[in-house]
Amino acid sequence: MTQVATLPDPVEEVAAPRGRSGAGAWALWLARRLGLAVLTLWLVSILVYVATAALGDPVRAILGRDYASNPGRVAQLEAQLNSDQPLVQRYFSWLGGLLTGDPGTSLANQQPVGELISANVVNTLVLVLLSAVVMIPVAFLVAMVSSHFRRRRPDAVIQTVLLALAGLPEFVIGVLLVALLSTTVFQVLPAVTLTGFGGRPWDSPESMVLPVLTLVLAVAPYVSRIVRSTLLDVLDSDYVELARLKGIPEPVVMRKHALLNAIVPGVQVIALQLAWLAGGVVVVETLFSYPGVGLQLVDSVRNHDVPMVQALSMIIAAVYVVVNLVADVLSILLTPRARTAISS
Amino acid sequence: MTTTADQQDEQGAVRRGAGLVVEGLGVSLTGRERAGTDVVEGIDLVLRPGEVVGLVGESGSGKTTVGTSLLGYSRAGAVISSGKVLVEGRDVLTMPWREVRQLRGEEVAYVPQDPASALNPSIRIGKQIVELQTLRGIGTTASRLQGARDGLAEVGLPNDDEFLRRYPHQLSGGQVQRVALAMAFLPKPKVLVLDEPTTGLDVTTQAMVLETMAGLCRTYGVSALYVTHDLAVVANIADRVAVMYAGQIAEIGDRRTIFASPSHPYTRALLDSIPHLSQARALTGIPGRTPAPGARPGGCRFHDRCAFVAEECRTTEPELRSVGPDHDVRCLRSEDIGRWDISRGTVPDADPDQPREVVLSIEGLDVFYGRKHVVHDVSFDVGKAEVVALVGESGSGKTTISRCVGGLHREWTGSISFDGTPLAKGARKRSAADRKRIQYIFQNPYLSLNPRLTVEQIVTRPMELFGIAKGREATDRAKVLLDQVALGPAMLELQANRLSGGERQRVAIARALAAEPDVLICDEITSALDVSVQGSIVALLEGLRIERGISMLFVTHNLALVRSIAARVEILQAGRVVEAGSVVSVMDSPAEDYTRNLLANSPRID
Amino acid sequence: MSAVEETPGSTPAGAAQRGPAPSPGFWTRARRQPRFVFGLVVTVLVVVFAVVAPFFAPFGENETAGAPFSPDGVFGTDYLGQDVLSRLMYGGEAILLISVLGTLLGMVLGVLIGVVAAYGGGWWDEVIMRLNDVTLAFPQILLALVVLTAVEQPTAWIIVLLVGVSHAPRVARVSRGVALGIVSRDFVVAAEALGERRSRVILAEVLPNMSTPLLAEAGLRLTYSIGLVAALGFLGFSADPGSANWGQMIQENRLALSTQPWAVLAPVAVIAVFTIATNLMADGLAQLAQRGE
Repeated sequence: MTQVATLPDPVEEVAAPRGRSGAGAWALWLARRLGLAVLTLWLVSILVYVATAALGDPVRAILGRDYASNPGRVAQLEAQLNSDQPLVQRYFSWLGGLLTGDPGTSLANQQPVGELISANVVNTLVLVLLSAVVMIPVAFLVAMVSSHFRRRRPDAVIQTVLLALAGLPEFVIGVLLVALLSTTVFQVLPAVTLTGFGGRPWDSPESMVLPVLTLVLAVAPYVSRIVRSTLLDVLDSDYVELARLKGIPEPVVMRKHALLNAIVPGVQVIALQLAWLAGGVVVVETLFSYPGVGLQLVDSVRNHDVPMVQALSMIIAAVYVVVNLVADVLSILLTPRARTAISS
Repeated sequence: MTTTADQQDEQGAVRRGAGLVVEGLGVSLTGRERAGTDVVEGIDLVLRPGEVVGLVGESGSGKTTVGTSLLGYSRAGAVISSGKVLVEGRDVLTMPWREVRQLRGEEVAYVPQDPASALNPSIRIGKQIVELQTLRGIGTTASRLQGARDGLAEVGLPNDDEFLRRYPHQLSGGQVQRVALAMAFLPKPKVLVLDEPTTGLDVTTQAMVLETMAGLCRTYGVSALYVTHDLAVVANIADRVAVMYAGQIAEIGDRRTIFASPSHPYTRALLDSIPHLSQARALTGIPGRTPAPGARPGGCRFHDRCAFVAEECRTTEPELRSVGPDHDVRCLRSEDIGRWDISRGTVPDADPDQPREVVLSIEGLDVFYGRKHVVHDVSFDVGKAEVVALVGESGSGKTTISRCVGGLHREWTGSISFDGTPLAKGARKRSAADRKRIQYIFQNPYLSLNPRLTVEQIVTRPMELFGIAKGREATDRAKVLLDQVALGPAMLELQANRLSGGERQRVAIARALAAEPDVLICDEITSALDVSVQGSIVALLEGLRIERGISMLFVTHNLALVRSIAARVEILQAGRVVEAGSVVSVMDSPAEDYTRNLLANSPRID
Repeated sequence: MSAVEETPGSTPAGAAQRGPAPSPGFWTRARRQPRFVFGLVVTVLVVVFAVVAPFFAPFGENETAGAPFSPDGVFGTDYLGQDVLSRLMYGGEAILLISVLGTLLGMVLGVLIGVVAAYGGGWWDEVIMRLNDVTLAFPQILLALVVLTAVEQPTAWIIVLLVGVSHAPRVARVSRGVALGIVSRDFVVAAEALGERRSRVILAEVLPNMSTPLLAEAGLRLTYSIGLVAALGFLGFSADPGSANWGQMIQENRLALSTQPWAVLAPVAVIAVFTIATNLMADGLAQLAQRGE
């Protein structure tokens, strides 16, 4: 640490923090972050639209070999997709529809997209929230246990197991769990959620176990590793060393000094993983036939059902952006340095 | 500053038998590869109540390890393997764990080195100060709070509610360090261990912190171990001094004795490499480098670098033996090496009236960082073969100005001219000829060389860029340059990350010289180096100045160093030139209060 | 200013982390990392298996070897009666090739973007990273699915492109982070002061000092690539539906999990082993990066 770089000029007294009159500065900062999030979502919508509408011919994709032999159908689909209008115009009318709550009509079964997805959105949210609620304490607990045994055998074993799990694709974990608990080794849990479309999977809770377990096992290892690594960094830091040299008992050092400073990076990685879950549900839902947006998305892609895909992608992307925004705000709130920097 | 024996007895009535005794302390490394290697060994120390003992050493000496061992603490990777640390007769190293924890903070307290990272950034300082007492259940909330307020007042800090509610990052470096002092003194410990607590602080704050500490020790009869690399600081506050080298105590004794007649060659060499405020000196260094644990030579550990080495030194390891009242030395030849005088190596100051030919001229320089105006209307010039020092505390703008001259910072107005022609603002916009003539040497040698490149690649690159030489011819020139900076030609093939700090800085100098410049900008190039290494670098620069007629712009915060290296000096504060002139006139008869304060607060040996 | 560690080769307890120890060669250090060695060995084994095994397959890729889901042969037969072991041997090449190419593409694009953003700084940095955030808002599989909506039959190259493009923003973020740490170091500033060309500064000063963290990131990306390509196969979006494909085999034979599990478990096991190995390798590299430069 150089003399020039780290310390402020000691001759000039550091001004007192300004306290609650910084509320105005807060509002400004929040507004900027929100604006940025909205901008990102808008750019995402452009990307989604262009990717689905301009990269290939969805009509050809839908009809496949029937394209040549069924001009009536072709015309019908093209009218639905407004293929005669220029791209930009189509985009804006789609966007307008989205913002006013009308995301279009499904090409596959000619029903309004909104009705088709609403129940599934709820189902997926339940799945994701349940997984998050289980994952967070599990990951933290494992990280704390591991860092307690740092550099000894239990820590190395735990870390290797976590590392192995972290690399496995989520459907591999899912299939292995199905084989283990449902079909081959033990036969305690159902392999597939049997709720039909529009139903509520939590009415038969045993069918939720495997999907939730799969998601937890897919996400928790990475979070746990990062939390452990942060904990170790903090435990090695100068102020923790000083706390020990002051004679403070170890559990208090862990709790008060170490955890407090490890939470912020923890929050960030949890947010990252929750956002990842938004994409991870796609495969897991397909595997377990769970009636959520993921399964619906895969079906829609198979059917080349463009409006459905567009709407579902926007939902998933929106979840991602919102989760990141919340994580940003939380990390600033929890870091005194950043907090005071904003309010002054 | 020292209390007399009578005063000690008075104050220490309650504390009879207090103080701390260290016997035969040894710390060794753990871990697969180097288990058993000793970091320090055979340390014997006595700390009497109310006295300050300075533990001095360069990096690799083991001084910090000794300091933390007094609390029964060793960092990860090391373990205290032998010896005793006796506090009031009880051995800290054999106490049950719970008692050691009790001891820490209450009887033996610790003040750490780095103020910024010593406090938990997420907890307000009011809470942190009383944390220990809250945990031990000492007193009531109200009494603890009052104690905290009193403690803060004692170290000269405000103690109102607003201050207590601050977070550490809202305090300046000096304030944080004083909070750490207050925290350490709150439970009124018997022994205080301070680990270089003032490095990184500027001179004025350092003086304040030291004075506070000495005052508190006197008032409460606390014995203190002050670990540092800075002999000048120790000369002012310590009662006794111990000098460490390569894990052992080389010399220990009363402060006056050590500075008046140092008897270990290492101590003498250290004292020879320290500049004085009152008179210029020809600084020297110590050849070679400090051995790491496990790589220490047999016989006397210093023998491979010693100017007085004899055959017996290579084979026999010397014991610490007494050469006078309260003066012990670990050297076989301490009687044979003659007397030593503090005014050795004195040379005449640079002649202020020497005719000068201006080479570099800065006029009306204003520098900005974005919208912040950091340097205001600075003007000065540099003559041929002349060293001009830019001196100031942190934030004074000295580095900023030097970066502008070097073309590393572009937001400035005014004029910088070399040999009459104005220079463009950024290095990229300057002509190759201009870039070649001014070369920049950075402060941190660990960051200024590409660790992946070999020394040869680093030193020959400027030659290729400026069309001076290529291929074989460039390599030959590189060998000559390395020789001039006292590095062997074998260094050419080494990757930069294999070199020590001093060696890297020499390579940086060689790289600068490879461009055959007329001006060298040296940005605190010795601040990151050990004192003895600094001495040799300064000697090298002086040689270059005389032989090649190179001018230098030397940026530093160390006033004593300025005396020995520069002819003219610009004193900067908050971006303005406060005083300027020849080194002799500014330092012997300063006109401004700021300069006077700086001189008064700089710790002096002479 | 506290004096910097004067002695190289030592990291004594208590020394601040300012002076890096001199590094023995990359391979010497790498060999001592158990994770890296194990991961590398197993990865190479799987790669060799995928490339060489087709020459030793007992049956052809689409050859009927018996009744569907019968237990004949090492792993039995699949839903069409094809021999599972043989299909396993044929099924790796596609995944391997696409994953490796996709990772390469993602790394090259991502590093370029990240380093230019870090080096350029200021405005450049802002704009590039904002655009990057937009692509980051897509979970990787979502991007692939969205593009595949409009495509009738994906070719191998499209999938490679999708994998690469979905990796690029993540790699860009990581490499920008690493590059930022290097670009501000004095030796880069020194090169600028000498007047070196910008391209030379990036190639000769910045990139070589990023090699180990970038290798670690590449290992990680490879792990994700394999997962992504296998997942796409599982969902039914592979380049050549008829040919053997580990991910697709899982989907094809799922129904018989209770009766003929090996048709599913064999490809699952291979994918699992492959991804675990690459992940271990990547982690070993990451540890090297932390300890070394």
